[in-house]
Amino acid sequence: MEFGFTTAAYVVAAVLFILSLGGLSGQESAKRAVWYGIVGMALAVFATLIGPGAGLWWLSVVLIAAGGLIGYQLASKVEMTQMPELVAGMHALVGLAAVFVGFNAHFELINVMGMDAAEKKSLDGFAALLAKKDAVEINILRVEAALGIWIGAVTFTGSVIAYGKLSGRVTSAATKLPGGHILNAAAAAISVIALIMYLNSGNVLPLYILTLMALFIGYHLIMGIGGADMPVVVSMLNSYSGWAAAAIGFSLGNDLLIVVGALVGSSGAILSYIMCKAMNRSFVSVILGGFGGAAGPAMEVEGEQIAIDAEGVATALDEADSVIIIPGYGMAVAQAQQNVAELTRRLRAKGKEVRFAIHPVAGRLPGHMNVLLAEAKVPYDIVMEMDEINDDFPETDVAIVIGSNDIVNPAAQEDPNSPIAGMPVLECWKAKQVFVSKRGQGTGYSGIENPLFYKENTRMFYGDAKASLDTLLTMIQ
Amino acid sequence: MKIGTPKEIFAGESRVAMTPASALQLIKLGYECAIEKGAGVAAGFSDDSYKEAGVEVIGTAAALWKACDIVAKVRQPEEVELKRLTKGKTLISFFNPASNEDGMEMAKSKGANVIAMEMVPRISRAQKMDALSSMANIAGYRAVIEAGNNFGRFFTGQITAAGKVPPAKVLVVGAGVAGLAAIGTSTSLGAITYAFDVRPEVAEQVESMGAEFVYLDFEEEQQDGAATGGYASVSSPEFREAQLAKFRELAPEVDIVITTALIPNREAPELWTEDMVQAMKPGSVIVDLAAEKGGNCKLTVADEKIVTDNGVTIIGYTDFPSRMAAQSSTLYATNIRHMMADLTPEKDGQVNHDMEDDVIRGATVTFEGEITFPPPPPKVAAIAAQKKPEVKEKTSEEIKAEEAAAFKAQTRQQVTLLVVGGALMLGVGLVAPASFMQHFIVFVLAVFVGFQVIWNVSHSLHTPLMAVTNAISSIIILGALMQIGSSSGLVIILAAASVFMAGINIFGGFLVTRRMLAMFQKS
Repeated sequence: MEFGFTTAAYVVAAVLFILSLGGLSGQESAKRAVWYGIVGMALAVFATLIGPGAGLWWLSVVLIAAGGLIGYQLASKVEMTQMPELVAGMHALVGLAAVFVGFNAHFELINVMGMDAAEKKSLDGFAALLAKKDAVEINILRVEAALGIWIGAVTFTGSVIAYGKLSGRVTSAATKLPGGHILNAAAAAISVIALIMYLNSGNVLPLYILTLMALFIGYHLIMGIGGADMPVVVSMLNSYSGWAAAAIGFSLGNDLLIVVGALVGSSGAILSYIMCKAMNRSFVSVILGGFGGAAGPAMEVEGEQIAIDAEGVATALDEADSVIIIPGYGMAVAQAQQNVAELTRRLRAKGKEVRFAIHPVAGRLPGHMNVLLAEAKVPYDIVMEMDEINDDFPETDVAIVIGSNDIVNPAAQEDPNSPIAGMPVLECWKAKQVFVSKRGQGTGYSGIENPLFYKENTRMFYGDAKASLDTLLTMIQ
Repeated sequence: MKIGTPKEIFAGESRVAMTPASALQLIKLGYECAIEKGAGVAAGFSDDSYKEAGVEVIGTAAALWKACDIVAKVRQPEEVELKRLTKGKTLISFFNPASNEDGMEMAKSKGANVIAMEMVPRISRAQKMDALSSMANIAGYRAVIEAGNNFGRFFTGQITAAGKVPPAKVLVVGAGVAGLAAIGTSTSLGAITYAFDVRPEVAEQVESMGAEFVYLDFEEEQQDGAATGGYASVSSPEFREAQLAKFRELAPEVDIVITTALIPNREAPELWTEDMVQAMKPGSVIVDLAAEKGGNCKLTVADEKIVTDNGVTIIGYTDFPSRMAAQSSTLYATNIRHMMADLTPEKDGQVNHDMEDDVIRGATVTFEGEITFPPPPPKVAAIAAQKKPEVKEKTSEEIKAEEAAAFKAQTRQQVTLLVVGGALMLGVGLVAPASFMQHFIVFVLAVFVGFQVIWNVSHSLHTPLMAVTNAISSIIILGALMQIGSSSGLVIILAAASVFMAGINIFGGFLVTRRMLAMFQKS
């Protein structure tokens, strides 16, 4: 086949990918947009397979099919509450693939450079491309490959740790080795030195060192970030996997890789930015892990937490006209989304207005709550963003907080010394009555006292979210 | 401990302080309940219905007072009742402590604890036991019903085959709880309703009930309602004149006047003068809810309905809640039940008379042989203080100037970014070979497109976005596919592994995205 066909196919694929991302602006258009993505990917793979330089196409097809089978199994079995883990795990695969492809570029380069002019002429595909390069271009290629390997390796270990934290296999608390960020800085410095050595010598050893350092940074960086910051971490890793692909695209001279890598990279970057904004924290402070020191003593919290039983909640819900439910990670942990949905259905059947308020960082993945609620068949038009619904709390009879804590913490607005001061929060305490479904009296992930629990119109509905809602459902027919 | 409710002995009083429903709740708090035989009959609760709820029915009042540790009743207790108190007994009732010195002295000498329901402070936590409000609510409703009963026309305007009926015009004076209840009832019956109150801050509440607030052309520094616990206070003579002038203007128009103006512990102010009554149309009705305290209209005769010479009916009943005994007993019994719940934090059937608690302290008038009236002011302000005037609005020039400045700053920022970016590009272009620049341009453009496109992605689809970007970032498979044809074995193995992993990702990513998106459903 002509080279021109491959390029044309790449252009079409790139356009399809852009359309596929753009289509995600609305729920209905998104359903079509996925198909654009699928067709784009199929086209790109097909064009590469029949394009110049691809050999062993039967092996490729078999491997894709085998991988596809596993992917299919994973995708159809995964629980929606496990989405964050799945996404993190898949990032790890992309990262590792980028590392491998980067190393291949290096090996091919060594191969090609060892050949004489006659042999070079007989090459085709990627090797032929390498053969044509002059000294400056080869150096640039090395930088690109090393960059791709570095980012890929950070993405790989980072995603593996993120996967471990999200699935509970690794403690979700922020833990650092002694030395903290100095270690990271040292590893980064060694990476830079290794890169320079690699450029000068062209040996594979500095490349190995660089890879090891990157693997360490990925591991250590994510270990130092706590569970509640996971939305930022996952979107950051998402971004990295894109940049890794783009860097590899540069080294392979493949425009489609560059375009898609850049799209994915910027998408992840924007998501990280949105998440940080929603926590009123700078990206750097999230990545460096932990909450910054408080500027002064936190405001004293007065009053006491008043408990209520399911019967009390049922009566209040029976009398309420408008209800807003604020789900958080606790709902996902307790797998309570089906019960929440059932409660919503029953209340709506009684003619009450029930809506959901979703904070941008609720859960462990951007948009996590939306997906869980959608899985439980809660219609998406009653699921509102923070900005859409925050002004409606004063006219709301009952607000139910299920398994969220910091995102409903009034201290963010009232206490300038609070570690989360200035973070946008859902103002649920302005509702006439607030019920908080919570496992126990402790503070949340961040360890910040939540004055909401002590407010006069707040009642604590203690217990596992799912069990509590089960009892509640028996009382609301 | 045992809670008992005797039959009310005040003539014509039909209410009862315990209902079968409230008794069930009291029993849940750990108390035993008792009721005097026939106490609930006038309110529609038979002795049998009490028995069913597990309440002991006691034959005589004397026996009941003797048997119970806590006595809950409605009306201010009379002497014969107070005599039955003994040390350690608790009485919960309306008590009118401000003008019931003798009663308090007697309770004190008996050593009994008395909780006066009208003294429950007006704070949000205590609303559930605010019996004054629940009774006022009923009075307001009933006032409209009584007015309608004595009014010869429809409330709502109608155009019928038999002619056009104009809607009735109702004026409610005083927009407290009773006033607001009257406004609500009257508007829902279809009358055109006007309302007046000396506290301009209630205008919003009045309008929210569907009535029109009557504003005065009068400039005066109004006292902050928050300072007086949300109640009205005495107004200046000039203000009063302006108010009466407005009423005079309205008198010939309105068909029904409901006056609810009361100032705590004072005689009711005269708001509807004789000449206004004269000016009203024959057939008009005045309901004076302040009759007990002398009436807002001087012609009012307490507990009676009179018709003036010019045909205006003036209703001066003082027992509106008692006229709806079933409803008012239910609400009052619930208020009592909430009071008991606060007195029994452990739910163990033992009274914990906590004098540190604002609500309980405020309502207690005698405690352990001491008179504890009047209570100290509550720690929590009753209603939010009025907002201070807003900072001066910005003039249009200032706003324009600000906008212009913001625009300039934005432009400066963008230009700086472009210049810096452009310079960087040029710098790269100077050293980098052309083959690199080609790809670099593609890269920069792709980043740009990415930023433009992703900003539009809806928040709720962020998880599908991550899954789909995950799937398409497996585009790295192209690199592996190009390398798999290599002559080196190591390269083939690595490339094969990459193809395999990317394969997992492509299928997994797209499928899971499809699964998620299929779940999003519109209601």
